[in-house]
Amino acid sequence: MAARTSPEHPRLDVDALLADPDVGIIVCCGAGGVGKTTTAAALGIRAAESGRKVVVLTIDPARRLAQALGLVELDNTPRPVAGVDLAAGGSLDAMMLDMKRTFDEVVEAHSPPDKAAQILANPFYQAVSSSFAGTQEYMAMEKLGQLRAQAEREGTWDLIVVDTPPSRSALDFLDAPKRLGSFLDGRFVRLLMAPAKAGGRAYLKVFSVGVDLAQRTLSRVLGGQMLQDVQTFVAALDTMFGGFRERADVTYALLKEHTTAFVVVASPDRDALREAAFFVDRLGEERMPLAGVVVNRLQSLGAAALTASRAEDGAEQLAEQGADDTLTAGLLLLHSDLASTSARQTAVVTRFAASHPDVRISTVAASATDVHDLDGLREVGRLLAG
Amino acid sequence: MPSPAPSTDLGAARLHIVTGKGGVGKTTVASALALALAATGKRVLVVEVEGRQGLSQTFDVAPLGTDEVKLVTHPSGGELWALSVDAKVALLEYLQLFYKLGRAGSALEKIGAIDFATTIAPGVRDVLLIGKVYEAAGRPQGGRGGSKATKGTKGGLHYDAVVLDAPPTGRAVRFLNVNAGVADVAKMGPIKSQADSITRMLHDSRTLVHMVTLLEEMPVQESLDGLRDLEAVGLHLGAILVNQIRESHLTPAHLTALQGSDDDLDALLRTELTTAGLRPTNPMVKGLISEGRDHAQRLELQDEMAREIADAGRPVIELPALVGGIEGGGIAVLADELIEQGAL
Repeated sequence: MAARTSPEHPRLDVDALLADPDVGIIVCCGAGGVGKTTTAAALGIRAAESGRKVVVLTIDPARRLAQALGLVELDNTPRPVAGVDLAAGGSLDAMMLDMKRTFDEVVEAHSPPDKAAQILANPFYQAVSSSFAGTQEYMAMEKLGQLRAQAEREGTWDLIVVDTPPSRSALDFLDAPKRLGSFLDGRFVRLLMAPAKAGGRAYLKVFSVGVDLAQRTLSRVLGGQMLQDVQTFVAALDTMFGGFRERADVTYALLKEHTTAFVVVASPDRDALREAAFFVDRLGEERMPLAGVVVNRLQSLGAAALTASRAEDGAEQLAEQGADDTLTAGLLLLHSDLASTSARQTAVVTRFAASHPDVRISTVAASATDVHDLDGLREVGRLLAG
Repeated sequence: MPSPAPSTDLGAARLHIVTGKGGVGKTTVASALALALAATGKRVLVVEVEGRQGLSQTFDVAPLGTDEVKLVTHPSGGELWALSVDAKVALLEYLQLFYKLGRAGSALEKIGAIDFATTIAPGVRDVLLIGKVYEAAGRPQGGRGGSKATKGTKGGLHYDAVVLDAPPTGRAVRFLNVNAGVADVAKMGPIKSQADSITRMLHDSRTLVHMVTLLEEMPVQESLDGLRDLEAVGLHLGAILVNQIRESHLTPAHLTALQGSDDDLDALLRTELTTAGLRPTNPMVKGLISEGRDHAQRLELQDEMAREIADAGRPVIELPALVGGIEGGGIAVLADELIEQGAL
């Protein structure tokens, strides 16, 4: 098995987590490229095959992983995953988030039809719903809220596993919804709205500091057309403001409940573990329940007892005797490389563990090839469970 | 359409944009490229736009602020400068530069308009971030505010080369396709004209987009898709930089030998390990064989990936895995590698 942290360090017991009937939501988060989606999918399968009724919400899965889960079309609806062992009474559904469609649905559900049509046609709305950097995070939250409501209403699922968007920083997932929410009912929007509202003058007085100047400048910088589009968009959305904020708050509160468990995913390198540390600290500040940290892709060693330097010495000795092209010389040099990598990874993981003594950690050894089918995901699940 | 790059000569480019899937080492490679350019006697600026402070960590210096900082002076006379662009600061600077807004700037800040423009307004943030790169790349010698510099300017530029540590592939196309980003919302006005100038620079043949990848399925797939998308929006492709290549200690003969029976291998290794001065134990022998076989499997996959990369028809540069990590001069090792492989 892969290098471990010190034996006393608390280990994340994945099977206990998956078996805990109180846990209804597992959120996988971490920096980009650390294997969040794979981890979420592997947890989903393992839970389903041990009897949970699971839905996995993925955000942006790699093509082959998506195929493995049968996610060929982006239709924003969970579909059963074929090839899962349902003998234990569980089930597995999976879906890929379509952020624009999710946003459209929110608009349609919360505005009268004529107003909804007006919003959907607004160029500013179209840009915000398909490209604003926080929209994906916001819509992931929205979808999570929807799935949870459906689960409670229909009893379809008892566990929701969520993958988080590939943000530049893991923290974006927590911050983006608030950012959009605070924009939608923030001062600036109210300012934009002010002239259009009854009592607008009163608003203008409140913001009298340079409002005129600000509006003129904005129109100069952004162009009058854009400002007008924004105003139309905001006016059309006005009726939904309360709803937006409220929904974001509800989902945020949901994440603080004891029925939610965060799994922070990292790879065994400095940057990813620093991201993980930020996230762990942030979850603590927000009083959000952290289940533990998964460190993926640790270099595993076959001959773990043989140190890098002894292997290198051995290879040198073979070279001195003119046997440097033997298989064993090659294998010893290979082992020396692997053992150095492993030692370096162990060092960064140990450092992380030492500075987070209470955080449970699970490590997953790197497999020789990439994961792109259910068996591969099952294997990851086995390694996760230790 | 961009013409194929002549071999791997990237030295002629003015602006190098480095992208790749998350986690493949974009920042490391961008840093090494910038350092290598500086080693050829150029004054180089390396820029990050995502506020991650990846550059300061890579070069082990204090966090970068909004001013350009000199990191390295090379004996050749080359210099390496670094900058972390912040959208908010860039917007205020831009407003100051073009509109001489003293008071209005802070009024905008106060009412949340700056936050709005830099976080919510679609495309505007990207225009601002890349606008700063545009300004630096076109800045005339001895002064700032060089946005008037035309693409025909020969010499006389403050920086000989600018390296942009760009967002990951998934976002890079949108980030670099500035015009499309703002076209929906700003059909005219200053943002639009700024976007037009930036697009001209990005489409110039001296701007190259480099793709960093690992020899693994997901990064390679995403890289190949990314290259197609980048080319489709009119960008010139540079090299594919294959990062973290491990030196193989196993020859083809070794790989064939590893396919032999367990018993034969066992006997062979025991004899040779003894010659090597090691006392062969069961776990050691079995462990070494399984490491070798895993490695063979990985090599096979890597060969397949390398073929797919070669088929993309771009110059390929291979960068070694740094066994000691990027600490302790790893960037310099990679920079030397870039120079040795004739990339510069």
